[in-house]
Amino acid sequence: MIKVKINGQEQSWDGDPDLPLLWFLRDEAGLTGTKYGCGQALCGACTVIVDKEAVRSCITSINDVAGREVTTIEGLHPNGDHPVQKAWRQVNVPQCGFCQAGQIMQAAALLMDNPKPSHDQIREAMAGNICRCGCYQRIENAVHLASTGV
Amino acid sequence: MNFIENPTKLRGFEKHIKVEKVSRRSILKGLGVTGGFVLAAPVMSRQAFAYETGAGKMPHGVVVDPRVFVAVAPDGTVTILAHRAEMGTGVRTSLPLIVAEEMEADWSKVKVQQAHGDEAKFGNQDTDGSRSTRHYLIPMRQIGASARTMLEQAAAKRWGVPATEVKAVNHEVVHSATSRKLGFGELAADAAKESVPAIEGLKLKDPRDFRYLGKGQIGIVDLHDITTGKARYGADVRLPGMKYAVIARPPVTGGKLVKFEPEAALKIPGVEKVMQVQGWPWPSKFQPLGGVAVIARNTGAAIKGRDALKLTWDDGANGKYDSVAYRKELEEASRKPGLVVRQEGDADAALKSADKVIVGEYYLPHLAHVSMEPPVAVADVKGDKAEIWAPVQSPGGTREDVAKTLGIPEGNVTVNVTLLGGGFGRKSKCDFALEAALLSKELGAPVKVQWTREDDLHHDFLHTVSVERIEAGLDKSGKVIAWRHRSVAPTIASTFAAGAKHAAPFELGMGLVDMPFEIANISCENPEAAAFTRIGWFRSVSNIPRAFAVQSMVGEIAAATGRDQKETLLALIGTPRIVKPAVKDMWNYGEPYDSYPIDTARLRKVVELVAEKGEWGRQVPKGHGLGIAVHRSFVSYIATIVEVAVDDKGKLTVPRVDTAIDCGTYVNPERIASQIEGAAIMGLSLAKYGEISFKDGKVEQKNFDDFQVIRMDESPVVTNVYIVPPGPDTPPSGVGEPGVPPFAPALMNAIFAATGKRIRNLPLGKQLEA
Repeated sequence: MIKVKINGQEQSWDGDPDLPLLWFLRDEAGLTGTKYGCGQALCGACTVIVDKEAVRSCITSINDVAGREVTTIEGLHPNGDHPVQKAWRQVNVPQCGFCQAGQIMQAAALLMDNPKPSHDQIREAMAGNICRCGCYQRIENAVHLASTGV
Repeated sequence: MNFIENPTKLRGFEKHIKVEKVSRRSILKGLGVTGGFVLAAPVMSRQAFAYETGAGKMPHGVVVDPRVFVAVAPDGTVTILAHRAEMGTGVRTSLPLIVAEEMEADWSKVKVQQAHGDEAKFGNQDTDGSRSTRHYLIPMRQIGASARTMLEQAAAKRWGVPATEVKAVNHEVVHSATSRKLGFGELAADAAKESVPAIEGLKLKDPRDFRYLGKGQIGIVDLHDITTGKARYGADVRLPGMKYAVIARPPVTGGKLVKFEPEAALKIPGVEKVMQVQGWPWPSKFQPLGGVAVIARNTGAAIKGRDALKLTWDDGANGKYDSVAYRKELEEASRKPGLVVRQEGDADAALKSADKVIVGEYYLPHLAHVSMEPPVAVADVKGDKAEIWAPVQSPGGTREDVAKTLGIPEGNVTVNVTLLGGGFGRKSKCDFALEAALLSKELGAPVKVQWTREDDLHHDFLHTVSVERIEAGLDKSGKVIAWRHRSVAPTIASTFAAGAKHAAPFELGMGLVDMPFEIANISCENPEAAAFTRIGWFRSVSNIPRAFAVQSMVGEIAAATGRDQKETLLALIGTPRIVKPAVKDMWNYGEPYDSYPIDTARLRKVVELVAEKGEWGRQVPKGHGLGIAVHRSFVSYIATIVEVAVDDKGKLTVPRVDTAIDCGTYVNPERIASQIEGAAIMGLSLAKYGEISFKDGKVEQKNFDDFQVIRMDESPVVTNVYIVPPGPDTPPSGVGEPGVPPFAPALMNAIFAATGKRIRNLPLGKQLEA
């Protein structure tokens, strides 16, 4: 039996220990905010925060996070008012919105690590998260805004 | 009006494809529908407005009825139906916002509800062709005005005053003479009893009184849900007892399953079943390819199970498709005369007599859509009833196709439209929903079919592959006196009819026969090209290769004559006029030419605007260059300037992009800007990396590592968007697609300015590193 804390709640799993965390979250725990985009850690749509680090849940097995704390978009802030979420709304970032949970989790992790990232640091840190609609300019502006106070 | 007797009612582009007409007739006969598909309400009247659109000619036309689209609750909540699909353009907000504007509803008290697929009830729902705003601005205003009029009439009756004395203002009806007010909620029950006013008599608001339209102050309705993970896409639908499926499909289009060995897959924990999926021969429109499905308790187990399957395929006739060899065929074809589709003057003679002839052959490989949400659908089929939840651009078409595939009446099929995690044309084809329906029927349980990214790349309805060859003849003064453009590419019609080898009118009309330059001798030709895979619509469609070729050629002419790119472009566009190409079927994006002509004054205007705002001719550092391009598509006019920087090692960066758009009357400038910013990224993606190639009939690319798209670290540093203010009666035109076509040629013209290298073959790849 694998035990993992997700958004503050203890969850357990006694199936395949190699099951990617992504599919545990989406299909078993019903937390569909975390998205599937590639399954190979190439696009970042599945990004969650494990302890304090951004992690691609599509290549992370449920066993890898046993006993650790996983935060998904649903658990980032109780009212959805994390500075990154507020900034995202203020800048009107999303188009289709599908990649945005992953983008927001990546940005939240970046700001934990580096509260005042530069232009280049943002572009570097966010480069693992693809947005096919092409919202990059606004994502960068939103990360700046979140880092300077919304 | 019955579309059996009226072929123009056939769905969108398909009206040009004869085979489809036949099959649609048989569908109707098969279902015993003889008098059906009557428009539920009259379409807009010709007299009422300054312009007419092609909306009435779309399948099922337009429904203008407030009882269908608007509900007012006693607590004052106004619910407005969104009948088009949201894939990132903002349409789920924009169209209801138009209704709210015109009915004087307070947007904070409006709820948007997504309509299911039912075109007899809602009118056409094909969310494609950059049509939603241009077809629905006026109908949505009429719906709002009808609702407002009914509320005003109800208030006037309550007060016993003439309706002319009352006025709806911000969610209330006001009688200013007596300072009385009634909220929309208080009037809801009475207003519902009022008869719906005739469209002809409706008074629309004076645009000067608009609170929302044209302002760009309203965020999209899903903004909060998207940022909190609550927004529901196709992939996020969960039903009690739902199974999870992935499918192994024939690796070659038209291939067949020979045998499958399920034993190893069944041993994977969580896998419950392995079963064959019905497939259709190629081509058969959007019908599934067939294959083997692995059913499991979660998607992860299903994918692992599929990896363990042992499968034997017969690749069939397309097993020889090879992109390297096929490109040579296209190039050869482009060097010989082809079907003449536009002819003015004598291009042959003029090219012979020209002082100088510039020849350019431009290659664009297949492109994949790769929306961030790969195709996915949930189906629950019980007996002769089916319910679908899916991210589809065409819920009405999906409903028809599900009914046909399952052999049940269309009325027994419900198609719920979720948010689309990107569409770009891929989700106009409902094959994934059909797969889910077939599996659910067989399983007797709800099922979700999830495509992996590899599936998405291997079984897309790809953008076509093309060679565009242009010969421009110049006289001694450098003036272009002859233009021959041969366009060779497999046609989308080949997905509907076996053996189609020439472009359909809608493809010819995307940048080939509608070329706007003022040149005396023009020949546009379309040599044959056979298809060997599924070809489909990709955002902007044939405009991508055509604009790339035509606007690159402008750059080549500028270079050959030692003139400025922008001046060369304006000289070619010529005098301000309405262009009337000698073409039998101009298509014109389905729009009447009177309302939407090719107007070179507007084309010139966007060039001049972008040149002014984008500081054309500014001094740029060494290694930098500026390029410009303009293109009319989806009846909008767009010009783009790209600044590039190329370092010593050939590494490309894009410091700045400027784009001017004239899309006529507009609703939400903030979403227009987001579409154009995104179009620059998509344009850069396809120009730098976009290539799907085939070997032995199979797609060679697998995922985002070998089908790359632009990431943030290489995206343009800044993209500026300028919107041309519309004239008082300028009809609205497309926004979702037209931003893409001018980007690649502007980029290549900029690269030429920076390096002297002319890139004619896309993608750019490592060509600058040589």
